[in-house]
Amino acid sequence: MPDMLSVIASLIKRDVTTALRRSSDILNPLVFFAIVVSLFPLGVGPEPNLLRTMAPGVLWVAALLATMLSLGRMFSSDYRNGSLEQMVIAPYPLTLLVIARVSAHWLMTGLPLVIMTPLLSIQLQLDAAATKTLLLSLLIGTPTLSFIGSVGAALTLGLRGGGVLVSLLVLPLYTPILIFGAGAVSATATGVSPDAHLSLLGALLALAITFTPMATATALRISLD
Amino acid sequence: MRGDRPLFRNLSFELESGQLLHITGQNGCGKTTLLRTLCGLSQSAQGQVLWQDQPIRDQGDEYFDALHFVGHANAIEGEVNALEQLRFNIKLGGGMPSKSPEEALEYLGLSPYRYLPTKLFSQGQQRRLALARLLVVKKPLWILDEPFTALDHATVKLMEQLLSDHVATGGMVILTSHQILSLANSREIKLDQYHA
Repeated sequence: MPDMLSVIASLIKRDVTTALRRSSDILNPLVFFAIVVSLFPLGVGPEPNLLRTMAPGVLWVAALLATMLSLGRMFSSDYRNGSLEQMVIAPYPLTLLVIARVSAHWLMTGLPLVIMTPLLSIQLQLDAAATKTLLLSLLIGTPTLSFIGSVGAALTLGLRGGGVLVSLLVLPLYTPILIFGAGAVSATATGVSPDAHLSLLGALLALAITFTPMATATALRISLD
Repeated sequence: MRGDRPLFRNLSFELESGQLLHITGQNGCGKTTLLRTLCGLSQSAQGQVLWQDQPIRDQGDEYFDALHFVGHANAIEGEVNALEQLRFNIKLGGGMPSKSPEEALEYLGLSPYRYLPTKLFSQGQQRRLALARLLVVKKPLWILDEPFTALDHATVKLMEQLLSDHVATGGMVILTSHQILSLANSREIKLDQYHA
């Protein structure tokens, strides 16, 4: 078992090193996130109350789209260069290797999004308490986005126009996370406890960690056949 | 099967320790599909692959512990350097440690480039790095799809030497190649004869 853990660690380390050296992989979703969020005040006008009401939804939708944008490359370069075959025939459970890959994906997309959020929430007039809930909800919600997205990414490997197909597959599955995530922030903003929403987000994360890696592993095997 | 088209049928063979199997046939006759089926990457429509008398799909990781596969794609990540790539292969490969990454690169003449990102490598150098995997992790069964593509004459000779050493020490090799090989203990299967 320690053997297995060191394999997972080295896979994550390799993914992170690769992503850092190909920095556009990290920067593109972040810049996309910032631009989408900044477009709203320009579009609907700088009325503070309106912005404050819209902020949870806008930030969550933008985070969701930014994550989706990055799903395509979760497996694609390994698929093209043959590393994915080597992962499938490695003497370790593919499910665990998938968990490592998804974790690395979250570290390089979800986590930076969370870190950048406070800046953007000031722009949308969110107060400190609501921002805190927003961060917490994103921290629980974005890993779920990566896990669910991995299934879509694996299913569409090697398909032409896979990017559009991923959105069609994955976006409907993202709706509960959006509802509870944005709901938690709205609740805090109106002075209600966000705990119920956050607990549900946590439950979704637990479900996603348990079931999606197996689905992703199977989808990868099918894509490689 | 590839798509709806059956490629070969009634094909059956057995490989023992210390033997090399050379699969030949014209383009598109199913050599790569056969090798991928042997690795468990593709499923055959009928029949099964046995490892030590057990179907490989029932075995889990025991079979993969014994298997090296070098496919058409080199399985090299362009952003990492040669040493990092091999160290990763060692981690992922399991099995017994063999030569150190430095020794393997030296052996295949890649030593001067060991800190270079592999995306700068030529086709032949990438192929050599892919084959270096065979040296850093010790596994009995090598399945190689066109291992000599893009290699220069000297390296082809080196590889032939490596293959016969592996076979001589009790290893097993299954490979496809359009080259004519003159290796001891080798058999040839002409896949065209089993054409469906």
